[in-house]
Amino acid sequence: MVGRFDFTVIFSNLDILWNGMLITLLLTVVAIVGGILLGTILALMRLSRFKLPAYAAGRFVDAFRATPLILVIFWFYFAVPIVTGRPIGGLYSVLIAFTLFESAYYCEIIRAGIQSIRLPQVHAGLALGLTRWQATRHVVLPQAFRNMVPLLLTQAIVLFQDTSLVYVVGLKDFLTAADLVATRDNRVVEMYLTAAVVYLVICSLGSLWVRRLQRQYAI
Amino acid sequence: MIEIQDVSKWFGDFRVLSNCSTHVAKGEVVVICGPSGSGKSTLIKCINGLESFQEGVITVNGISVGAEGTNLPKLRASIGMVFQNFELFPHMTIAENVCLAQLKVLNRSRAEAEERAAQLLNRVGLSNQAAKHPAQLSGGQQQRVAIARALAMDPIAMLFDEPTSALDPEMINEVLDVMVALAQEGMTMMVVTHEMGFARKVADRVVFMDEGRIEEDARTEEFFGAPRGERAQMFLSKILSH
Ligand SMILES: Nc1ncnc2c1ncn2[C@@H]1O[C@H](COP(=O)(O)OP(=O)(O)OP(=O)(O)O)[C@@H](O)[C@H]1O
Ligand SMILES: [Mg+2]
Repeated sequence: MVGRFDFTVIFSNLDILWNGMLITLLLTVVAIVGGILLGTILALMRLSRFKLPAYAAGRFVDAFRATPLILVIFWFYFAVPIVTGRPIGGLYSVLIAFTLFESAYYCEIIRAGIQSIRLPQVHAGLALGLTRWQATRHVVLPQAFRNMVPLLLTQAIVLFQDTSLVYVVGLKDFLTAADLVATRDNRVVEMYLTAAVVYLVICSLGSLWVRRLQRQYAI
Repeated sequence: MIEIQDVSKWFGDFRVLSNCSTHVAKGEVVVICGPSGSGKSTLIKCINGLESFQEGVITVNGISVGAEGTNLPKLRASIGMVFQNFELFPHMTIAENVCLAQLKVLNRSRAEAEERAAQLLNRVGLSNQAAKHPAQLSGGQQQRVAIARALAMDPIAMLFDEPTSALDPEMINEVLDVMVALAQEGMTMMVVTHEMGFARKVADRVVFMDEGRIEEDARTEEFFGAPRGERAQMFLSKILSH
């Protein structure tokens, strides 16, 4: 096994690696977008004046934050078919599991972001005749999100790396695919090195892009 | 136009307002002064429902602020408010600040809103700043934008809560000048301020508050001639000696 490295193993397995990358990216994007949307709703519920939504959102968030992701994935894979009466497949179950799991973490980030906006800003919006929701939508949330960008990004990177956990329900994300090729073709060093470089490049590009966005919207 | 009758308010056990009564007639300018913590901000925020109160009645143009079915957003849209720390929206340009509520509350078209914004920014002397963000403006400029933002709603009255007390001394006058012009045009105004020069110049009445009570409510010349209460006299001599 030791001896010359052979990186052509990448090219001969390009399709399986590429398909893995698609799953990784799909899962990351869906869980970020869905997680932030749902997380925003949860955060608004938690901060609501009404007791019931605040309580419900609070328990939801606590439950997911107390459970390891791998358990959540298992749980949705086995439990959802029992509830719905028919199997929904590995991919859908992990999309749901990841989105719900991420929303619990995003909720807490977003809640802190909303709370960082001072009350007089809300008053200024209300005094102009905006409704509570309009003031939230046009005054509070844009400022809150701008303050939260670094934390949201960190969470997104953690999520991107966590997608490899889908192997437990038989899905092949990028890392699982690379691992598979590595052991099958006996090219462990090449494949793990490639995987590390790919992860590094994607995460760096993501950070760069967000930092540019941030500069664009900074004042 | 603004009627405040026997209003009391508590924060928990702490009584911030005790049986406050006063009024502002159409076209009248009323200045409120008093020591820090006397409840001036709280009283003025009760007028447009930003603070609730437990006892008494406040009406604006006949509409009861504290009543159950009152459409508060609609009521607030008709009363302009200017804050001590400007409270411009930092993520929006100056023009967007002045347009936002015109678009969302009055449902004006964008063209209409932008034209009104340009007109008002011109009026407060800031026509060439429309594309900037608040952080790029001085405090005095920001406060003038805040006044333009409130005027864009074509309010029937304006509330000011210490509009110049966060400003460097050299910027106070540019804001006061705008307010004086507004008063002289007949705007109904309630102004919390310690600028006694402004009060003498344009106020019809001066209200003095202390520990949540309205201690004096007198015509301007009477108030400055001889405030009745001892506390008001002390307060007046203290701020006039500055
Ligand atoms: N949300 C609140 N909860 C509890 N107490 C409050 C609250 N807001 C204000 N107070 C108290 O109510 C009193 C009146 O406050 P208010 O801001 O109305 O005074 P003010 O006359 O405007 O003073 P200043 O000149 O400092 O602005 C103060 O003692 C203040 O500490
Ligand atoms: Mg005050």
